Amino acid sequence: MIPELGHFALIVALCVALVQGVLSLAGAHLRRPSWIAVARPAAKAQAVLIVTAFVCLSTAFVQNDFSVLYVTQHSNSLLPLQYRLAAVWGGHEGSLLLWVLMLALWTLAVAVFSKQLPEAMVARVLGVLGLVAAGFLLFILLTSNPFERLLPGAEDGSDLNPLLQDPGLIIHPPMLYMGYVGFSVAYAFAVSALLSGQLDAAWARWSRPWTTAAWCFLTLGIALGSGWAYYTLGWGGWWFWDPVENASFMPWLVGTALLHSLAVTEKRGSFKNWTVLLAIAAFSLSLLGTFLVRSGVLTSVHAFATDPKRGIFILLFLVVVIGTSLALFAWRAPKVGLGGRFGLLSRESLLLTNNVLLVVACASVLLGTLYPMVIDALGAGKLSVGPPYFNSVFAPLMIPALFLMGVAPFARWKQASVAELARTLRWAFLAAATVGVIAPFFFGTWKPLVALSLLLVAWIVLATLLNFVGRVQATRAGGSFVGAAIKQPRSFFAMHVAHLGIAVFVVGVTMVNGYQAEKDVKMEVGDSVTVGGYTLRFNGVHTQQGPNYMAVVGDLDLLKDDRLLRAMNPEKRNYVSSGSPMTEASIDTGLFRDVYVSLGEPIDKARPEDAWAVRVYYKPFVDWIWGGCVLMAFGGLLAITDRRYRRHAAPVEVAALAQKA
Amino acid sequence: MNRFLWPLIGFVVLVVLLAIGLRLDPHDVPSPLVGKQAPMFSLEKVGAPAQNFSPQEMRGKVWLLNVWSTWCVSCRQEHPVLVEMAKNKALTLVGLNYKEVRGDGAFDMDKIAPDAERELALKRAQAWLKTHGDPYTLSALDLDGRVGIDYGVYGVPETYVIDKAGLIRFKQTGPITPDVFSGKILPLVAELSK
Repeated sequence: MIPELGHFALIVALCVALVQGVLSLAGAHLRRPSWIAVARPAAKAQAVLIVTAFVCLSTAFVQNDFSVLYVTQHSNSLLPLQYRLAAVWGGHEGSLLLWVLMLALWTLAVAVFSKQLPEAMVARVLGVLGLVAAGFLLFILLTSNPFERLLPGAEDGSDLNPLLQDPGLIIHPPMLYMGYVGFSVAYAFAVSALLSGQLDAAWARWSRPWTTAAWCFLTLGIALGSGWAYYTLGWGGWWFWDPVENASFMPWLVGTALLHSLAVTEKRGSFKNWTVLLAIAAFSLSLLGTFLVRSGVLTSVHAFATDPKRGIFILLFLVVVIGTSLALFAWRAPKVGLGGRFGLLSRESLLLTNNVLLVVACASVLLGTLYPMVIDALGAGKLSVGPPYFNSVFAPLMIPALFLMGVAPFARWKQASVAELARTLRWAFLAAATVGVIAPFFFGTWKPLVALSLLLVAWIVLATLLNFVGRVQATRAGGSFVGAAIKQPRSFFAMHVAHLGIAVFVVGVTMVNGYQAEKDVKMEVGDSVTVGGYTLRFNGVHTQQGPNYMAVVGDLDLLKDDRLLRAMNPEKRNYVSSGSPMTEASIDTGLFRDVYVSLGEPIDKARPEDAWAVRVYYKPFVDWIWGGCVLMAFGGLLAITDRRYRRHAAPVEVAALAQKA
Repeated sequence: MNRFLWPLIGFVVLVVLLAIGLRLDPHDVPSPLVGKQAPMFSLEKVGAPAQNFSPQEMRGKVWLLNVWSTWCVSCRQEHPVLVEMAKNKALTLVGLNYKEVRGDGAFDMDKIAPDAERELALKRAQAWLKTHGDPYTLSALDLDGRVGIDYGVYGVPETYVIDKAGLIRFKQTGPITPDVFSGKILPLVAELSK
């Protein structure tokens, strides 16, 4: 009964979404207040219905209802409760339901926190969001119904993929989807602005906090995914340039460009067309990502069951959503004014340069991701594009971007002078260059790429400090420095915190790539291996029974200078119902390094108590990678809680609400 | 020309490529063995243990080598097509039973002696052919999967078309569908048999 209720809720939600989409847009166009008034209640009803459907599916998982096909495929009666709940989005159908749930919550947030916006504008935004929701609901109902029954019901389910039985999976997809779907709000604002012809500073101002919120979630979502890959795949890698990872990274790159472009549009009224295009692109890339992941056109380690019908549906949906918005853009954009003019060297031009670098980076990721498919489509053979391509294309684009990050906050709007910038920043640059040249010696060998990266890191940090101190000095007016510092607006802190996050991230990437050490050894009881100054002693293995798996647990001691630091227990699990093995690495986390151990295979399968293949890694500064991401997201949070938004009390609550979700 | 049309044009090109890409299967890797000699082997027959089969015996004939096992789910789906194919007397279908016991995750190989593995494999394979029908002229027993490695098998089922000179002419990865059978295999066999 409960699954049918969920199915029914989805059908009603589709009808409501259609009403919300069509009536609101038509009402705004024909200026009919009674139709416009439908938008908000419809959005709220929509949220209630989809939450109902989601709760129904979760209930089926909690109750182990194996007469529901989706539950049978992705759960098992032995599966612990938290993973049964996470299993709701462990497969294709449930992921889509989660997508729609996120969309409904974002739509609800817009409906609730948009009191100061013109009614027609709200109706347009909610209308566009309603149509997007209708498309996805149709997709679920026609091709991917999670409530489909299996009659007669199964005895037990075939279990959730063991890779996904991890605390990381409980939060990674919801975070990532909050980000993906959040860009739909920026998209809806952009399309509404194009429809109404009012592309102005007010539009940019309204879009900004929503875009920033989505960007924060996406940043955290990607970081969680990367961290999850690091500790569950057992290879010690944190980014693989896998198509599915790229699918989440492309909207991030464009979203980052969009954040900066919106700032210019709000402050100076420039780049309007460019900003609109970025808003359309960010959401289009989220949809494209969904297509790439769900249609099976690309090979990826994220193996999802694929069905050609689904691929065709999403492709058609892409054509409708992206095609119409780009056509609308081509039609409306020529009439939009240029906005504030700016000089060849100005804050505008520097931000534009960074924007272009980010977009080109995104385009090169897109090219690398789609290239195998394009070559295959042209009948020119099969190939795959790997990390060497991405690394060699990506780094040269990011180096100037990092350099400009230090300069842009000092440049004046409209017209900046090279002489003035050089005067302000010369000492910072000299100091940064010194750090870059000298610092690598402390970590062993001197490597040019490490030196360059550390130079840029020092450059960003010093420029940030200089900018901060300069601004505080300029506004203290005889008062105390600290007093003036804390009075600075949050958006000012936000920018610097996020930029420092980038610097921290770059330190992590540089140090791991430059100085990590790994050893792949055969270990018998009593054997030791030393890596990066740390020694690991192998004391054998023992078996352990988990709730739904059997594990072989390695007993190792971690020593430094003959002093015992701790015991390390990497596991090799075998999940009972699916029979699939899983590696659970053991990691000693530290501020400046991780020591990472994972169990390979027993050397002789018949005698697993003897020798084992063991992989040991020394990873300097690896946690800075995720720390940097957290700082970036925290910067975003500061930006949306800035005073000028709080006055309307809107986005703060949005952020709070979004966090609860 | 309206320069704001470029994003739309770029998108249209992308959609065309995606639409073509959708019809392709990225997992369908062409076998490097196509056009090369079929690797030699000599393996016990499932139907008549103690007798061996070698591809040498098939010289001068066009024949199909189908890799299967009882634990493979897609083989079950493919099987009716094979049974249907076998009704066509022009086709010679040889089975290669692949890793019957050790490929099945249900067994703990540390606890099975080599002789017991062979017995178990024969029993399971024979029983399966009896229940589902036997489309094969004969089936060879590749217990440890070594022959499978020579043939570059990376998923079961797979099917090879081998010509009179012993060259592999075509490889089907995954189950043979009625479309593949009537559209590709049958014309190819007819052509090669000329």
